[in-house]
Amino acid sequence: MRRLSWFNVVSLTLAFAFLYIPILLLVIYSFNEGPNVAIWTGWSTKWYSSVFQNEQLMDAAWVTFWIALLSATLATVLGTLAAITLTRYGNYRGSTLFNGMVYAPLVMPEIILGLALLLLFVAIGFERGFWTITLAHTTFTTCFVAVVVQSRLVTFDRSLEEAALDLGSPPLKTFFVITLPIILPAVVSGWLLAFTLSLDDLVIASFTTGPGATTLPMRIYSAVRLGVKPEINAISTLLIGVVGLGVIAASYMSKQQAVREEQERRAAGKS
Amino acid sequence: MAVAPQKSWTRWLPVMIPYGWLLFFFLVPFLIVAKISVSSTETAIPPYIPVFDPIVDGMSGMWEKARQFTTENYVRLVESDLYWRAYLSSLWIAFVSTLITLLIGYPMAYGMARAPAHWRPLLLMLVILPFWTSFLIRVYAWIGILSTEGFLNNFLIYIGAINEPLSILATNTAVYIGIVYSYLPFMVLPLYAALEKMDDTLLEAASDLGCPPLQAFWKITFPLSLPGVIAGCFLVFIPVVGEFVIPDLLGGSDTEMIGKVLWDEFFNTRDWPAASAVAIILLLILVVPIAIYQNQQAKATGAS
Repeated sequence: MRRLSWFNVVSLTLAFAFLYIPILLLVIYSFNEGPNVAIWTGWSTKWYSSVFQNEQLMDAAWVTFWIALLSATLATVLGTLAAITLTRYGNYRGSTLFNGMVYAPLVMPEIILGLALLLLFVAIGFERGFWTITLAHTTFTTCFVAVVVQSRLVTFDRSLEEAALDLGSPPLKTFFVITLPIILPAVVSGWLLAFTLSLDDLVIASFTTGPGATTLPMRIYSAVRLGVKPEINAISTLLIGVVGLGVIAASYMSKQQAVREEQERRAAGKS
Repeated sequence: MAVAPQKSWTRWLPVMIPYGWLLFFFLVPFLIVAKISVSSTETAIPPYIPVFDPIVDGMSGMWEKARQFTTENYVRLVESDLYWRAYLSSLWIAFVSTLITLLIGYPMAYGMARAPAHWRPLLLMLVILPFWTSFLIRVYAWIGILSTEGFLNNFLIYIGAINEPLSILATNTAVYIGIVYSYLPFMVLPLYAALEKMDDTLLEAASDLGCPPLQAFWKITFPLSLPGVIAGCFLVFIPVVGEFVIPDLLGGSDTEMIGKVLWDEFFNTRDWPAASAVAIILLLILVVPIAIYQNQQAKATGAS
């Protein structure tokens, strides 16, 4: 039996206020008419039109979007394979090193990863720009996808796979027909996580970029260094909106999935 | 295990692809960082020597070049107090902010775990949502709050608490606020996971036997949530030691953090060997906490 005490209610209220008030202020003041972001002068959407007319920002947004799309997709394939390796192959020679390489990037400071990847690209003479950022993002987001998919694979009922294999289904077909549909929600949320991590990254992109490829966080960062501007509030609000909608859609999808599984389980129980 | 055909090498294909990728894009880069950290700075492209070229140099030429390696960058790290002060101050800032994050995150996770079951998914979502929003944007939001003409000062002057605006932006206080704010979800999620699956009958038994609630908390709830506390603390502490964006945007000239030193060394001084040496020492400092964290993770996944 659990009941909320006044202490729980107060701490929850304060903590969520702390988490959300800064974001709310940022969003509200993106609609401020005046150029000062802390003094309200009236409603206006002029900063949004100035964002859409800013070609540098729009170019950077496209570059960022394509890098995120490509690296998240590649990372989802690699990360799912890595998750299968983590859960299905037990202790083989070299498994400790592999586990280390999957978990370390999750906590390692981005600045170290960025520097290391840049020096690799320089050493092999790879021209820096769009593709080096994409490869760098693929590498660190792979580890996040691996952890998300792994947590689903751990609770996976293997008897379904075993049944298919016993009935003569080849391993590859078994994976696509049985395993993948079951772990799909985790794969999708892994992809979404990889996509937003790539969209958000400043440090690794700054290290691995070359002339010609500037991402949105890099543009925002150099603008922020020069001072607070309502235009930055507007572009931030747009980004928050896109990501927020994505997350809510994803959680709605996984809820639907859970409901459907529950119905299937009940139907199976009745028959 | 072992349902798939045993002998064929194709069974190992799913392992080899991510393994090869991570070896090339994660392990090899660190070997290169280590190599460049013992190289000398040169005004050339790339800006360091020696540069190996197996085809031009041949074996003997490579050996000759290897003699150019130097420990000079490390000697400089030890001798110049700029570097070790930045390391110490990064560790201290990371330690204090981890502690503050725990003090704010624990009551929050506890409240979430005690909330009615049908509220919990919503509360969880509310914690995760900021985590998905851009880190840079969340740090930026605090500039508008903490600056001299910012919301906080305007509000405090409005209610009459202060007459002169406080200067919080560009101080270590602002850095602490930024870190705690940005890393709070990393602390709350593992804590909540640990607290949520707690067996309530233990607390009921304690209360039936006359144990006061506060004592029951310290003797039952807190010890059982310890794995969550440890995971949360490492998830905050390790990345914060190398944090760059927060000290750069919210901190002032007296904020010394090693991530900022590395960034300046690389982008402003363009001294790649020095930046590499800074990174290697930072990595050596973090190896122990990272190993403990991984061990913890392996145990947690093995147990479930």
